[in-house]
Amino acid sequence: MEQVRAIARHTSGRIGGAIVLVCLLAAALGALGWTPHDPLMQYRLDRLHAPNGTYWMGTDLFGRDVASRLMVGIGQSFTVAFFSVAFATLTGTVLGLAAAWLGRRWDGTLMRLMDMLMAFPAILLALLIIAIIGPGLWTSVIAIAVIYTPIFTRVVRGPALSLKEREFVDAARTFGSSQSYILSRHLLLNLVAPLTVQVTLALAWALLTEAGLSFLGLGTQPPTPSLGLMLSDSRNLMETAPWLMVFPGLAIMISILGFNLLGDALRDILDPKMRRSLA
Amino acid sequence: MNYLTGRLVTFPLVLLGVSLIVFIAIRLVPGDSITAMLGTEAGLLTPKQREALAAYFGIDQPWFIQYWRWLYDLFHGDLGVSVTYGRPVLDVILERFPLTLELALLSMIVALLVGVPAGVYAATHNEQPSDLGVRIIAMVGQSTPNFVLGLVIIYILSAGFGILPVMGTFTSIWQDPLTNLSQMILPAVTLGFAFAASVTRISRSAMLDILKDDYVRTARSKGASSRAVIWRHALPNALIPVVTLSGIEFSYLLGGAVIVEQIFALPGLGRLVLDAILQRDYALVQGTVLFIAFNVMVVNLLVDLAYATLDPRIRLGER
Repeated sequence: MEQVRAIARHTSGRIGGAIVLVCLLAAALGALGWTPHDPLMQYRLDRLHAPNGTYWMGTDLFGRDVASRLMVGIGQSFTVAFFSVAFATLTGTVLGLAAAWLGRRWDGTLMRLMDMLMAFPAILLALLIIAIIGPGLWTSVIAIAVIYTPIFTRVVRGPALSLKEREFVDAARTFGSSQSYILSRHLLLNLVAPLTVQVTLALAWALLTEAGLSFLGLGTQPPTPSLGLMLSDSRNLMETAPWLMVFPGLAIMISILGFNLLGDALRDILDPKMRRSLA
Repeated sequence: MNYLTGRLVTFPLVLLGVSLIVFIAIRLVPGDSITAMLGTEAGLLTPKQREALAAYFGIDQPWFIQYWRWLYDLFHGDLGVSVTYGRPVLDVILERFPLTLELALLSMIVALLVGVPAGVYAATHNEQPSDLGVRIIAMVGQSTPNFVLGLVIIYILSAGFGILPVMGTFTSIWQDPLTNLSQMILPAVTLGFAFAASVTRISRSAMLDILKDDYVRTARSKGASSRAVIWRHALPNALIPVVTLSGIEFSYLLGGAVIVEQIFALPGLGRLVLDAILQRDYALVQGTVLFIAFNVMVVNLLVDLAYATLDPRIRLGER
């Protein structure tokens, strides 16, 4: 609760938080079906209508309502971003803690494995995974999670290595605390701050990657709306129907901006050393 | 063992691991390369013809033998034959690589030319309205996906000025440098913009820290001009994080900017891999991904070395 108040006091945090909340609200309404129109319904007589009172963001080539599709698309993007980052955070934390705690061979093997994954440019790794499993929403989740797991492993391993050598961990060992207690109580709790910042920034990257994959036609599959795909479809119509490009483009940009602002605010709040310089 | 020696020792091991991962991964893709290559005509092949083709491309053996053969050939400079192009993989890669390298270099130049001065300007006007303006633009720039920006640029050019970027046929820099530059400048600006935003933020942050250091104060008290303090004393040190960031970005760009290449119809490495994966061209995917991974690792190693050269206080072995 204290952190929420701190975010509300921070300018970037306030703006970022508000953007994320608005996007979440739009996504929730889209998921509940509370959209201005049916996002899949083709109003053939109203094809390529410019924004107006009936269709707030216009209609596409098939006469589908852009605003409704945008609401569902935001939901798809956020679903991929949240699940992939959650999976990467969980796996990365477990692997990072294991590498730091077990040390020696385990540390060496796990970190070299992470080096191998990090040697692949992110989009290529995603393409390989998608080629194996086939495109779709959950494939995007897996692909993005695999890309970000090495980053979380590194974020956790570094501080965990130094925490492991601290006096309070030695003291806990001396008092006979179990390994699981030390790991969860003394290591994991102290890693919450760097992890929170990393999670927020990773959500922005995940949104970006998801939109990129959808743009290539390898993310969410039609007819389900997705922001990247809507943008990709707008390419041949950008002169006659620029709204098809403007609204999905803005939606992607604004949602990424929201998480970036929130991440910056959290970094300021949780890491006072960075406060002045990056604000 | 110091840090650099450690990196050099693990370098081939990591590369070997990458080769194994990509070798196995591409074989997990459903379908086979002969069907992908011939399409519906693959159905017309007799079993003997199919076997002969599989033997020709070396895909009739168990995977570990294929892997061993591939490694053996790799050490002899042979990355295999592409089933899509019917030519040696290395030739195909080397044909596409100059474009990718040129695009990476041009976008880095755009980013550094815009980002560093903007960062320095914002730092020297800290907390003033112009600083706020630069920070807002940088934050928006960092949040704008390059494919959104690419489409916006194409839209502005076509709707506003009635000109469309030259697409379809690509002219190499050796054939006609001016035509080449006119084809490359828009993708380079598209890719460079978001990176310029990151460079602005990082160089501003580094400059703010450095401008408070004792040696900067000493230089000022000795009567050095504000310009000399900023450009001669503060900036070289502020560039250290920029070098690291540039290295990461450059290695990313060497992997081929798949989406931007797609938007501007550029025949770079990114599109080559994308098409090779879709065509299940095993040899081409393996060769290209390994080539890219090798470049990424070399660039990362060079960045570490540059880091130590720029800041002699850094002892790599003591990290």
